[in-house]
Order: sequence, then C-alpha cells, then structure tokens
Amino acid sequence: MAYSDKVLEHYEHPRNVGAMDKSDPSVGTGMVGAPACGDVMKLQIKVNEQGVIEDAKFKTYGCGSAIASSSLLTEWVKGKTIEEAGKIKNTQIAEELALPPVKIHCSVLAEDAIKAAIADYQTKASGKGSKADAA
Amino acid sequence: MRKPIYLDYSATTPVDPRVAERMCKYLTPDGEFGNPASRSHPFGWHAEEAVEEARAHVAALIGADPKEVVWTSGATESDNLAIKGVANFYGKKGKHIITSKTEHKAVLDTCRQLEREGYEVTYLDPEPNGLLDLEKLGAAIRPDTILVSVMHVNNEIGVIQDLAAIGKITRERGVLFHSDAAQSTGKVPIDVNAMNVDLLSMSAHKTYGPKGVGALYVRRKPRVRLEAQMHGGGHERGMRSGTLATHQCVGMGEAFRLAKEEMAAETERVRMLRDRLLNALKDLPEVYVNGDLDRRVAGNLNMSFNFVEGESLIMALKDIAVSSGSACTSASLEPSYVLRALGRNDELAHSSIRFTIGRFTTQEEIDYAAGLVKEKVSKLRELSPLWEMHQEGVDLSKVQWAAH
Repeated sequence: MAYSDKVLEHYEHPRNVGAMDKSDPSVGTGMVGAPACGDVMKLQIKVNEQGVIEDAKFKTYGCGSAIASSSLLTEWVKGKTIEEAGKIKNTQIAEELALPPVKIHCSVLAEDAIKAAIADYQTKASGKGSKADAA
Repeated sequence: MRKPIYLDYSATTPVDPRVAERMCKYLTPDGEFGNPASRSHPFGWHAEEAVEEARAHVAALIGADPKEVVWTSGATESDNLAIKGVANFYGKKGKHIITSKTEHKAVLDTCRQLEREGYEVTYLDPEPNGLLDLEKLGAAIRPDTILVSVMHVNNEIGVIQDLAAIGKITRERGVLFHSDAAQSTGKVPIDVNAMNVDLLSMSAHKTYGPKGVGALYVRRKPRVRLEAQMHGGGHERGMRSGTLATHQCVGMGEAFRLAKEEMAAETERVRMLRDRLLNALKDLPEVYVNGDLDRRVAGNLNMSFNFVEGESLIMALKDIAVSSGSACTSASLEPSYVLRALGRNDELAHSSIRFTIGRFTTQEEIDYAAGLVKEKVSKLRELSPLWEMHQEGVDLSKVQWAAH
C-alpha cells in the first residue's frame, strides 16, 4: 500500500516522541486503542496556568498512519488552549495526511487521544481544586 | 547489493534463468510453438514430447508415475480440483472432510464452499508449534469421512507436517489423503508412495518456475477418481480440459528437474543463511519464533517482535521485501489466522514478520537485513507505549483496553 508523503515524513521523523511524568498535576495523559486491534496511542499534554498546552508528547504502537496521526496531533495542540485542542476533528487530521479510507480509524484514534488527555487533565485539576478547598 | 533485498521466497520465487531460457524455445515461430494436442503434424508432436518430458520431471521429484500427473494453472486450481473433484465423485459414499485450521485459503475456502453444498468439514486445531496431533486426526475420522486434506509445509510458518504418518492412518482407515505441497517441492523430499498420499497439489512459481502453471498428482493404484471441474476437450485424461501451455509446462518441468538435482546442497546453504539471520535477531529481547523450529523448512523464519506492530515494522524495513502476519493493510485489521490458530496472543500475532530465504539470497544480504531489523525494532520500541509499559513492569494482559 502506498503512503502519502506527509505520512512518510512524520513516520520517518516523528515529532515529540517521549513521555512526561503522569503524576504531575499539570500533565494530562490519554491512552486509547487496544493491542488486539493493532494500535495503541498514548498522548500527554502539559498545561499551564492559563490553560494553554505548553508541551505535548506521544508514543504509538500501530501502523505508519497511526504514528503519523499522533505525531501531527502533538504539533497541532502545542500553543493551543485545551478548549481549542478539544475541537480538533479527526477529519482535519485525515485530510492533512491524505489518509485512505482504511486508515481513517487512525485519525479517529488521535482525536480520542487528545480528548482523553484533556479529560485526564481536567479530572486532576478539579481534584486538586477540591483538595485545596478542604485544606 | 541491490535493494530492496528479496526475502519473500514463500510468496513467489524468480524464475531460474536456466528455466527461462528453456521456456523461450517454445513460443516463437522458430521454436516449438505447436499445440501439444495436435496429432496430425510435427508441430504438435514436438510440443507433446516437450510436455511429456516435463511431466516426467515433475513426477520424478515426487516419486510418481508421469501418468499420475495432471497439469493445472497452479496450486489453487489443484486444491480445488482435488477436493471438489473427490467430494463430487465420492459424495454418495460420504460427505465428511477433515482438514486443519492453518491450511492455505485455497483449501479452506474450497471446504467452505462444499459446506454450503451440504458437506460437513472438520477443521483440526494445530498444536502450539503448528503441527497436528495425529491422535486427534485419527479420532476425527468417521464412517462417512471421504477425504483428509493436510498441507505439507505451511506457507506462513514453514512447519512440515508428517505426511507419512498421516498417510498411514488414512490408508488404514480407507480414507483418501490430499496434501497441498506448494511450499514443499524442492525443499523437502517427497515420495507419494512411501507417504501414501493420494492427491498432491503443486505449483511451479514457488520452486523457481513460472507463475500460472501447477500440477495435481492423482494416484492410479489404488485408483483415485475425480469429477472434472473444467469441461472441454477432454485433455489430461478428462480431468482437466484446456490446451496445455507448452512453455509453462516446460518451465515447471525444468524447474522441478533442477530442484531434484540441487535440493540437498541448496537446503544446506539456505539453512545456514536462515540460522545466521536467526542468531543475529535473537540478540533482541522479547522476540519469539512462530512454529516449530526443528520441523521446519530451511528457508523460513517467522518471528514476532513483541511491542512493535507488524505493518509499521514492514514500513521501516522498506529496504527488504518481507511479509507480515498482520493483515492490517488488507483493511480487515485481523492478525494472521495461522498465528491465531497456534494460540499466539493478538500482540504477538500483530508483531510478526515472515522472512523467507531462497536460491539467490546471499550472506551479505542476510547480514544487511539482520542489522536493519535490529535497528528498526529498537527505534519502533522507543515509540511504543506497550514497550514502555513492559519496561515499567506492567502486565499487558491485565490491562483493560477500550477496544475500538
């Protein structure tokens, strides 16, 4: 199967590969997918006081399109507020990478990953808030 | 060194130049282009001689009589003709067929079609090493069983089933025995009489012959009857009509003649290269060989690289031509049914690569491939959240994954 140049570029030079401290309250972690389906994406965002994503890291087990989708996503979310990042749609990723129909699920997974990371951050943030109230 | 390096000899082989040279003599106006069925002039007689000489070479490789060899278009057609042909002819005697879950689709889908036509099929589970437990095979035979179909060498994992032991059982129980030998001709000695095989499917293009031609061995003593699936001019003793492709038959004959002559030396050389590749890749942690390593053809190495997904690995290995057990590219997103039948978990099934080595593989190519695989597996593991979890000591089988 032929991959688009953009998929190949991200696959060969993936951006923002790595991991951040899961226990850091400013870090949100989203892990989606399943090994049985052939892809697992882990996306992490570091959010500052203003709600802006300062840094993003990913690790992906999956095909080239899944790796490219998550690599592209980390580039896109950096500098965005969590509200803006939460509005990224899988169709935008699929279009940018020219994914064929059989690989659309990779972009869906990437959208799920950023949503999961944001949700994790927000859960942590609200937990921190209530703890502060109690103290 | 020419790249990409071809390490997919189980998918197909190049035609041996010695074979191609002979084939070219049976095409053009100054060659023997006649129709082998033409009885009235030398063009036909010479073509017929060439086809019969080639048939004898095919028969010689498997210890058969040339009269027992029927030309076909390939192993898929041979499988169809053998299984449907027997089922249709002996259907009044019984409608039960036994095969295994790791057969090639040409056998499995033919059996599925017969199920739709009212036949009953038992699909045996292989043991975790890919081989059949023959006690289970014997126990599956019923009074209405007419055929057992078990492949000789598996196309994905290269394991060699014990045809002689299966043939002993089927002969004693009065059941016909068919074997798909597409992956074993020229790699493993075959003797249809010693093995009590009644029908044997063969292909030219896995044994350095051309694509588009194959053969089916059909035993004459005791006689095996088939109902033809292709009707027409009554060629091939009525079992398979259609004008014979002289150059294709000549190509298969020459390829099989060379295979018989060179098998012993070639097997040793190929095994040395396979073991060299295996030894290099064994340095990596978390790698697993799929299928029995001892009862396996010399040129096959099927390995799972845990925590790395097969399709992305193949993409990283673009300088070597290999195939993956993960059929992600076919849009089915299903890992290999063969590895699943061995009981491999999904991660390992998705992480498998098949390397198949052959006549034209060099040691330099193997060393390059081994280095490349090691480098890329390590790189992809750095990218893999599963590898990270494994490093942290997480048991992946205990994780609740959100399937999608």
